[in-house]
Amino acid sequence: MTRRSTTRLLAASAAALTAVTLSACASSDRDDEGGGEGEAASGGTLVFGATGDPAMLDPAFGSDGETFRVSRQIFEGLLGNELGGTDPVPELAEDYEVSEDGLEYTFNLQQDVKFHDGTDFNAEAVCFNFDRWYNFEGLAQSPSASYYYQAVFGGFASTPDTPSIYESCEATDENTAVIRLSQVTSKFPAALALPAFSIQSPTALEEYDADNLSGSEDSLQYSEYAMEHPVGTGPFKFEEWDRGNGEVTIVRNDDYWGEKAKLDEVIFRTISDGNTRRQELQAGSIDGYDFVAPADYETLEQDGAQVLVRDAFNILYLGINGGNVPDSGANPALQDPRVRQALAHAIDRDTIVSSLLPEGAEAAIEFMPPTVDGYADDVTTYEYDPERARQLLTEAGALNTTLRFFYPTDVSRPYLPDPAAMFQVISQNLTDAGFTIEPTALPWNPDYLNAVQAGGADIHLLGWTGDYNDAYNFIGTFFAEDANNQASAEFGAFSAPEIFAALAAADAEPDPAQRTELYQEANRLIMDYLPAVPISHSPPALVVSERVQGLEPSPLTAEVFSTVTLAE
Amino acid sequence: MTAVGDVRRRRIDELAARAGQVPEGEGGVSLTRSAFRRLRRNPVAIIGAVIVVVFLVVAALAPWLAPRDPLAQSLLSEIRPGFIPGSQEGYPLGVDNLGRDLLSRLIWGSRQSLLIGVVSTVLGVAVGMVLGVLAGAFGGWVDTVVMRFVDIMLSIPGLLMAISISVLLGQNQYALMIAIAVTQVPIFARLLRGSMLVQRGSDYAVAAQALGVKRGRIVFGHVLPNSLSPVIVQGTLSLATAIIEAAALSFLGLGDPDLARPEWGAMLANAQSFLSIRPELAIYPALCIIVVALGFTLLGESLREALDPKFRR
Amino acid sequence: MLRFIVRRLLQLIPILLGLSVLLFAWLRALPGGPAQAALGERATPEAIERYNELFGLDQPIYVQYLKFLGRAVQLDFGNSARTGRPVTTEFLERMPGTIELTVVALVFAIGLGIPLGYLAARKHGSWVDSTSVIASLLGVAIPVFFLAYLLRLGFAVELGWLPGSGRQDVRMDATRITNFYVLDGLLTREWDAAWDAVLHLILPAIALGTIPLAIIVRITRASVLDVVNEDYVRTANAKGLATATVRRRHIIRNALLPVSTTIGLQAGLLLSGAVLTETVFAFGGVGSAIYDALFARDYALLQGFVLMLAIMYVLVNLVVDISYGFLDPRVRVQ
Repeated sequence: MTRRSTTRLLAASAAALTAVTLSACASSDRDDEGGGEGEAASGGTLVFGATGDPAMLDPAFGSDGETFRVSRQIFEGLLGNELGGTDPVPELAEDYEVSEDGLEYTFNLQQDVKFHDGTDFNAEAVCFNFDRWYNFEGLAQSPSASYYYQAVFGGFASTPDTPSIYESCEATDENTAVIRLSQVTSKFPAALALPAFSIQSPTALEEYDADNLSGSEDSLQYSEYAMEHPVGTGPFKFEEWDRGNGEVTIVRNDDYWGEKAKLDEVIFRTISDGNTRRQELQAGSIDGYDFVAPADYETLEQDGAQVLVRDAFNILYLGINGGNVPDSGANPALQDPRVRQALAHAIDRDTIVSSLLPEGAEAAIEFMPPTVDGYADDVTTYEYDPERARQLLTEAGALNTTLRFFYPTDVSRPYLPDPAAMFQVISQNLTDAGFTIEPTALPWNPDYLNAVQAGGADIHLLGWTGDYNDAYNFIGTFFAEDANNQASAEFGAFSAPEIFAALAAADAEPDPAQRTELYQEANRLIMDYLPAVPISHSPPALVVSERVQGLEPSPLTAEVFSTVTLAE
Repeated sequence: MTAVGDVRRRRIDELAARAGQVPEGEGGVSLTRSAFRRLRRNPVAIIGAVIVVVFLVVAALAPWLAPRDPLAQSLLSEIRPGFIPGSQEGYPLGVDNLGRDLLSRLIWGSRQSLLIGVVSTVLGVAVGMVLGVLAGAFGGWVDTVVMRFVDIMLSIPGLLMAISISVLLGQNQYALMIAIAVTQVPIFARLLRGSMLVQRGSDYAVAAQALGVKRGRIVFGHVLPNSLSPVIVQGTLSLATAIIEAAALSFLGLGDPDLARPEWGAMLANAQSFLSIRPELAIYPALCIIVVALGFTLLGESLREALDPKFRR
Repeated sequence: MLRFIVRRLLQLIPILLGLSVLLFAWLRALPGGPAQAALGERATPEAIERYNELFGLDQPIYVQYLKFLGRAVQLDFGNSARTGRPVTTEFLERMPGTIELTVVALVFAIGLGIPLGYLAARKHGSWVDSTSVIASLLGVAIPVFFLAYLLRLGFAVELGWLPGSGRQDVRMDATRITNFYVLDGLLTREWDAAWDAVLHLILPAIALGTIPLAIIVRITRASVLDVVNEDYVRTANAKGLATATVRRRHIIRNALLPVSTTIGLQAGLLLSGAVLTETVFAFGGVGSAIYDALFARDYALLQGFVLMLAIMYVLVNLVVDISYGFLDPRVRVQ
């Protein structure tokens, strides 16, 4: 659940997601557990090692994993994520109905819910939030601020040139909110499970001037609300953010409407170095951390810690600047399909998977994990064959052509646990096949992302973790055309009308079965064209100490801590 | 004279001044020869020299000494996350996390470490020498301006200076060398100036001047060559510092982006992740750095003692 | 004496001005200039223009410098790109940690270094002497970050004797007053908090203090050896003064003079080492902030921190110089 690009949108897919069954389980949870005071509470403090500080704590402006890791505990949306899965389930909405034309959604809300500051949660609060997003002004409209809002809804009230598909929100009674859209989209309402669409306390938003952003687009300064006073309805309340020491403390919300959290408090403590995180866990000063290096699984388990492996809901690929972005200085040889095929044949995916990635990782043959609808088994594959690669290169007259290969430093991604090792192995593979590699290392954020997304590299390593179970969320995010009928600059703004058309057609298809077939076709076209090389799907893991129980790993890396207990 | 780093300056100046003094009771024997004689009798100097010579030989003969290609990921397929094969036939020290022969990488790594050390020291000496000679030879306002500039450079802690330069130049091996060199410049500049001032006031310089020899000839023909011994001492010590500093910059992610190229500092920084499963990956390059740095330090310190009249009794 | 101090203080001015020029030039020399550094590579030309206008970057360079200087004098270095907070606030919040760490490291280095160096000199030529000489040379040759890793692996992870990261146990809900955690614990009488903060200082301070320790051992040894051979010591001995008196009054006192000067020198080493040590021990000080800023390309913070650290370094040296002036009257005359 990480921002990948500010230029791409999670454009529309068909209506299958409206079929999400909004079962009654949420309300039964509440009936069973809601009244019992403190009966299940194990108490105690859990310290979780975060990889970095959150950017801030207002999820509407969030796009980084550390912001969401904290905000997910404090806030809830109309929909949430299925515990340990990728499907949306009801959270603050008990259920909803869709009108015939698919443009009007009536949400029936949970009753007797209060925000942490005592404000009532009701239909007006819901509409307040939707209107807040729609009416963002100034810096709040920059893609680095409201990325997810723009990805799902488009523009703002004050931007008639980029219209929004959001039309209105009306509180028809205390517990019913009616949301009207101007256009059918499959992203709605599934996207409401994204933390960016959490419902926040209108009182606190106003009191602490939440929309008052300052600074510049690429170094935003957030409001007092986002830094000091985030207020939601979730099982935990914000307590304190000690920025000097990189510690965010949240405490149990004793007035929570659903099943109350067991822990007294959770502290997210930033430890940027991966080895330090491991040693801190072994020394017992933290209780868990994310992005465990595959090399550490065994050591940690021998020490009694529990490595919780998530399902692989991601893709790592070798990005190719195979188009013609002016002034990018990209190697023109990459426009030749034979050279791109040579890249694909040169990479020894099986060895990469067995030697560098954790158990359960798989070599990828296309740009989405097999569990997503629309995955095709019969795409063109490019098996490891350095001789064939060399031959293709020779045919293309590009033997020993120099490629500027970019890789990120000091980062561990769910799909890419050790970028330096991955870079060195692929680099050696490519050298063996007759390429000449010129390495460039950049810090992940912002330099690396900025550089590769602007088409600054010839080839680069990047990946994507899905936001929810949807084919378009993968291949649409990568290869859909932009306003100029080109793919994104990351892939050299190549032009492949047949791929663009296939993606658009699948996206607009309302029938789920048909749509799956259309996505399969799109996958086949993509793998024939080969705009980049898919490498692997890797199961990311988090680790907790022996005494931590009840933490359910989420393929979306969206764990909740309210179910966690600490044994003695 | 300004207040900054006064102490540090004083120390450098003291060094320069001492080296300029002609030892009592040794008239007739050339300074160099007597220093060399003292050096040969000093076991510490011998140990240092042996380490340095072995290091130089290994670096020079790396292609013939290394049993394998240091870049070949020959055992990669046997590697699993959390498992790196240890010492075995053909791989006496085992392999690194990508299946490359550790021994061969250590041997080749000596080259890169030597290169970084020598290039950055030479660069530091060269620039420092220009500044120091300018200041020392001309004196007056040139001296004031140059020395103020050097003082400002001295007022930024070394690693912070290196970090700032690295950020400026981007991440590549030349930037690394330049960053280390810049931290050496002020030291050499001060050293040379101080030592030249002493030499300028010496009898032979005064005599030469009285005989009407041109200033340039006095400086380059007499004063500069006689000021070199503290530079040689400091240069030897700087080689050690440079190798250690390169490791620190690698650790901070400002090293050579071509991770395949073997270099001790980068190998050590990279091995931190495997400390619990194969500590040798960190220990061997660390030992290499420590031993070589120790070698240069021993040699440098004994050179200083040999050349310093205060230690001659 | 007062004249001496005033002269020293006045001499600081050109240094500080020079430093500010250097760091001003540094930010300007970054690829793409300050606007690109602040806005990122994707910034549109319009955005850059807007930024330049906003921060007066379209004005002549000397006007820009004077503005920068004007703000710097008020300790305004802009906001950190990473946290959005004023750089000075970040610095003031983190500096106490680094001061605590460096002070403990210095205490460790001096407390152990002077007796060891003295002992080595007294037993000149014995195994104690050669061991301490070799150990002190080794101490300088070990990369600081590697030593830090070893210490943590050994004492925090394997043995579990001491905490291996942070400044205080996060579960400890200590009251903060000055951000000097040990001091805070003492002031609020939260003894457990103070003790915990002390424990957290031990390993990083040893890692940080090793190089200064090695240097102090060497200098002490050398200067004791020097002094022992001085005429006044021989005279004192010849006079038949008690050995203890000779040691106390003549040897130790005179030998400590050069040692005290090196302590000012250590400040630079300690600040450099703090970047590495604090990073390894995830210690929330100035050094770890510099490391984080490096990766976030937080240039505003880097610029402000380097300048403020350099000023502190200069001031520490000034204090050392002045105290040296007290100790050794000859310096004042010069």
